[in-house]
Amino acid sequence: MKPAPFDYYAPASVDEALDILSEKGYDIKVLAGGQSLVPSMNFRLAQPPALLDLNNIPDLAYIKPAPDGGVVIGAMTRDSDVEHNPMVAERFPVILQAMPFIAHPQIRNRGTFGGAIAHADPAGHLPAVTLALNARYHIRSKNGDRWVGCDEFFLGPFTTAMEPDELLVEVEIPALPARTGTSYHQMARQAGAQALVGVAAVVTLDPGERVAAARIALLSVGETPVLAGRAAASLAGKLLTPETIEAAAEAAATVDTDPGGDIHCSPEYRRHLIRVLVAKSLEEAGERARGKRG
Amino acid sequence: MSELVKVQVTVNGTRYEHTVEPRMLLVDFIRHELGLTGTHVGCEHGVCGTCTILLDGKPVRSCLLFAPQANGHEIRTIEGLGTMDNLHPIQEAFREAHGLQCGFCTPGVIMSVLPFVEQNANPTEEEVREALDGNLCRCTGYQNIVQAVQLASEMVASRKAEAR
Repeated sequence: MKPAPFDYYAPASVDEALDILSEKGYDIKVLAGGQSLVPSMNFRLAQPPALLDLNNIPDLAYIKPAPDGGVVIGAMTRDSDVEHNPMVAERFPVILQAMPFIAHPQIRNRGTFGGAIAHADPAGHLPAVTLALNARYHIRSKNGDRWVGCDEFFLGPFTTAMEPDELLVEVEIPALPARTGTSYHQMARQAGAQALVGVAAVVTLDPGERVAAARIALLSVGETPVLAGRAAASLAGKLLTPETIEAAAEAAATVDTDPGGDIHCSPEYRRHLIRVLVAKSLEEAGERARGKRG
Repeated sequence: MSELVKVQVTVNGTRYEHTVEPRMLLVDFIRHELGLTGTHVGCEHGVCGTCTILLDGKPVRSCLLFAPQANGHEIRTIEGLGTMDNLHPIQEAFREAHGLQCGFCTPGVIMSVLPFVEQNANPTEEEVREALDGNLCRCTGYQNIVQAVQLASEMVASRKAEAR
């Protein structure tokens, strides 16, 4: 089991990488952590004629505080470095809650935060987590740069709003408002296996403990990570009670999503998991929001 | 055929320089180019963990890297631990606790948990199982592997204490 031959480019700077991308376009594939790309090349499911390896560009690996209380993560930051970063832990505990479900420690030592987002696997944890956190993605090409919000970024399975000459360079996660709680839950057949369903919830309460804002992102339920907009809207201005949570979970499972089945999971079981995991996440996020000062 | 690439790498303290096709997987480079066959090839898609090595001190899958990606980096493989006459404490612990049967997965298991064992003097069973979750073993049922890792943690910690 060996990959097909390819030309190998390993530039030392982003500018050099963008030059190569603009020249090769569709004929080159970006290699970040490689924890999804290399297996598919080993199986020859992917046979890119050339690879652009970003691993020699140290400038793309960093975790910086954003002035507003958010965080900016360089695209080539290893998952394990995000997982063990105290600032991320303090500001965005939901990222840490999701991390252990990303395959295995050895994979997280190599896999990158930006790579997972650019790969846009509908079963990926980080696309959904950053969607729940209302992140935006910084994209560069030889001709300039732009920011794309998470609501516009994911177009289909493994398909994003990026053009072939564009590179994801960093992810910006905005600060969470006061009285905001987050939660992450998923179900998989075994530790580290692909999630059958996953849910990231971000809930902000007003001083009277009514829901001021909610973002509920689901993975493995459609062609992209899915924002459960109707479920979130059903909670607006309401107290989080078993009844309102149940109604939101029902909306997530029946209105916001239309999950398919596969060898591991029937559509009915997937809907069941959406109900259970959305309810659990909302309850927990609500508790955490109430527990916070301010 | 694509252009050949030069790979300079330090493995277990020895420097090597080889010229290879970029598509050569790091695990094949270690085994076929360097002749270090202690690192095993299992699933070749990052699931089984038997090809785990330390790259700059961190456990990674050597089947999910291309050899040129190791250029300029430091690698440690199972050959870099103890010798037959002088086992590394983690190897001693695996022998003592019978943490293996056929031995195929063992090099990957040991390289995966080596940094864990060095950093955790007294890990709980749950912590050990988490550290092991990226390695498949088809013989042992894991029970003895978990015990071997716990014993290894104790042994490494007590050697450190003795050395002080």
